[in-house]
Amino acid sequence: TLRLICTTTAVQRKNVGASGPEKYTEAFIKKQIEEFNLGKRHLANMMGEDPETFTQEDIDRAIAYLFPSGLFDKRARPLMKHPTEVFPEQRKIQWGEDGRPFHFLFYTGKQSYYSLMHETYEKFLNVQKHQDQLTAQDLPVQKEKRNLAGSRWLTKIELEEMLLEQVSDDDYSRFIQLLQKLVALPCADIEEKYIQKFSKELPVQLQKVVIEPLQHDERGVAFSTGEGKRKTARATAVVYDNGTGKITVNGIDILHYFPVLQDREQLLFPFQFLGRIGIHDMVCTVSGGGRSAQAGAIRLASAKALRSFVTEKEVEFMRQAGLLTVDPRVKERKKPGQEGSRRKFTWKKR
Amino acid sequence: GERGTGKTMTLCHVVHYCSRQGWLVLHVPDAHLWVKNCKELFQSSYNKARLDQPLQASVWLKNFKTSNERFLEEIKTQKKYIWGRRESTEEGRPLREVVEQGLARARSASDAVAVLLRELKQQSQRGSFRLLVAVDGVNALWGRTTLSKEDKSPVSPEELTLVHSLRKMLSNDWTGGAIVTTLSQTGSLFKPSSAYTPQELLGKEGFDALDPFVPIPVPNYSPKEFESCYSYYLERRWLQHEKARTEDGKAELRFLSGSNPRQLDRLAGP
Repeated sequence: TLRLICTTTAVQRKNVGASGPEKYTEAFIKKQIEEFNLGKRHLANMMGEDPETFTQEDIDRAIAYLFPSGLFDKRARPLMKHPTEVFPEQRKIQWGEDGRPFHFLFYTGKQSYYSLMHETYEKFLNVQKHQDQLTAQDLPVQKEKRNLAGSRWLTKIELEEMLLEQVSDDDYSRFIQLLQKLVALPCADIEEKYIQKFSKELPVQLQKVVIEPLQHDERGVAFSTGEGKRKTARATAVVYDNGTGKITVNGIDILHYFPVLQDREQLLFPFQFLGRIGIHDMVCTVSGGGRSAQAGAIRLASAKALRSFVTEKEVEFMRQAGLLTVDPRVKERKKPGQEGSRRKFTWKKR
Repeated sequence: GERGTGKTMTLCHVVHYCSRQGWLVLHVPDAHLWVKNCKELFQSSYNKARLDQPLQASVWLKNFKTSNERFLEEIKTQKKYIWGRRESTEEGRPLREVVEQGLARARSASDAVAVLLRELKQQSQRGSFRLLVAVDGVNALWGRTTLSKEDKSPVSPEELTLVHSLRKMLSNDWTGGAIVTTLSQTGSLFKPSSAYTPQELLGKEGFDALDPFVPIPVPNYSPKEFESCYSYYLERRWLQHEKARTEDGKAELRFLSGSNPRQLDRLAGP
C-alpha cells in the first residue's frame, strides 16, 4: 500500500460538506432534482432523442453543442449534472426537537470519526476471534494475500468527504495504522468487503513500449520507420539496411539541407552511439520549426527507427543516453505586463 | 561542380604542370574580383565608351611579371603603342617594357593588359611558345557587375577593358595553346546558390561564347580519394583528436563532411 506524500490541488479545495450547519435544505435539493429531470427530458426533446434513454454523456455532449465555450478551464464551462454531484453533501442537523442528539458519541465532537474507529476495532477483534477459533480447530490459516501493490488507502480529503467532518492529521494516521494492522492479520479476508470501502486501486501502470519488428521492402531490404518531434518540428524517418550511410532530407542531401556542422552532428549522434555509421541509409521528411528543431526532430525519429535493428540492452542504453525522450522545451508564452516571457520592462525610478 | 569540390585546386594543378613544362601561363586567380567592389573607375583613353580599372590591372600585372620573367624578355612587340602624349613604345621592344609601363602609370595599366593579351595571342599562333590561359570564375565575365557609373547607371561587363580583352582571349580563334577555365558559384553575382552547371552560371551569352568546350565535372570525394586525403591529414598530423585515428573517427569524418573536400578540410584543419 502506498501513502501519498505529496499533496495535490485537492488540498486547496475546502471541504464544504464538513463546515457548519446546512446551507441547502432537503426540500431545496429535492426541488433541484425534479428540475434537473424535467430539464433532461426537455433537452432530449430538443436534441430529437428519446427522453427515457438519455444518459449523462448525452447530456454533456448536448450542452457542449448548444453552448460552445472557448474557456480554457473546464470547470468554468456550462455544466448540467445531477444535483447530488453539484451540491456537496451536507450534514443534517444532528439533534432532535428536544435538543437531544441522535448519535451517542455526539459530545465527543468528532462523532463519525470515533464511531468509525470503534467499528474498525470491532472488526479487528472479530478477526482475532475467528483466528483463535481456527487455531483451536488446528486448521491452516493462511489464505491468499491481498494485492498490496495495486491499491492505496483513502487520502485524508477523501476520508473527510466520507465522514462529512474535519479529520486532523493525527487522527487520520491512527486510522490508517489500524487498517494496516487489520490487513496484516492472516484471516483478514473475512472483512474484505469492509476494507475495500477504504482502499482505492492505483490505475497508473507503466506502459511497456512496444518495439516494432522490421519490415521488408520490395527489393528485400529491411527497413523501419520512426517519428520524432521537437519544438514545432515534426519528422518521419525511414532507415534502410545495406546502405552506404547516405542520408536524404525532403529529397535533398544533408550537406545541402544542413550547411551547419552542428545540425549534422545531431543527425550523426544516434548512429555513432550504436557504431553503425556506414551501414544504414536514411530517407526522412521534416516540416515546421527552425533549423535546430528540425535536426533534433530527425535525431529522435532516427533513434526510434533504429530500435528495431538493435538488441534490447542497446535500446536501454539509448534510452539512458536520452536519445529516445521527447524534448519538452517549447517557447514560453509572453505575459502581460512584461516585454517577453521573462524580460520585464525597463524599470524607471520616477 | 558544386561548392568546395576542388575546381580551383585542379586548375592550380594544371597551371603548375604547364609551367613545369615551360608554357607561358596567363593565370587569372579570380575573375570575380574584376567585376565586384572596385573603388576606382576611369574612362578609358583608348576607347571612350569603356571604363578602366587601374587597381586590379596593376595587381595582375605585378603577378604576371613575377611568374613569367623569362618570357617577357624573349617576346617582342609588333606594333607601336602610344600611351598618352609623351610616352610610347616602339616596335620590337621586349614585352617587359609594356608591363613596366603599365605598372608605372596607373592610368594606362588596363590598356597595357589589353596590349599584352593581344600580343600574346598573335605570337602564340606562330608557335615559338605555348600559351596557357587559366581563368578561375569565368562566369564573372558574362554576368552582371555590382559597379555603376557616376550617374548611377549599371555597368555591363562589356564596358570594362579588362573583361573585354579577356573575352577576346577566351574566344576560339587562335592556336598554339590551351584554355582552362573554372566556374565558381561562391563569388558569382545574382545567381542562386544551388546553381552549378555551366549553363546556369554562364548564361546564354557566355555559353555561346565558350561554345566548343569539354565540360569536366568535379564531384565530391570517391571512397578512395577520401582514404588518401585522410591518410595525408594523418601523416601531416592535422587530426589532433586521438579518436580521429580510429575507424570510427574516420566514418564520423566521412559522414560529417559528406565527402566534400572543403568540409573535410574545415573539420580536420586547425
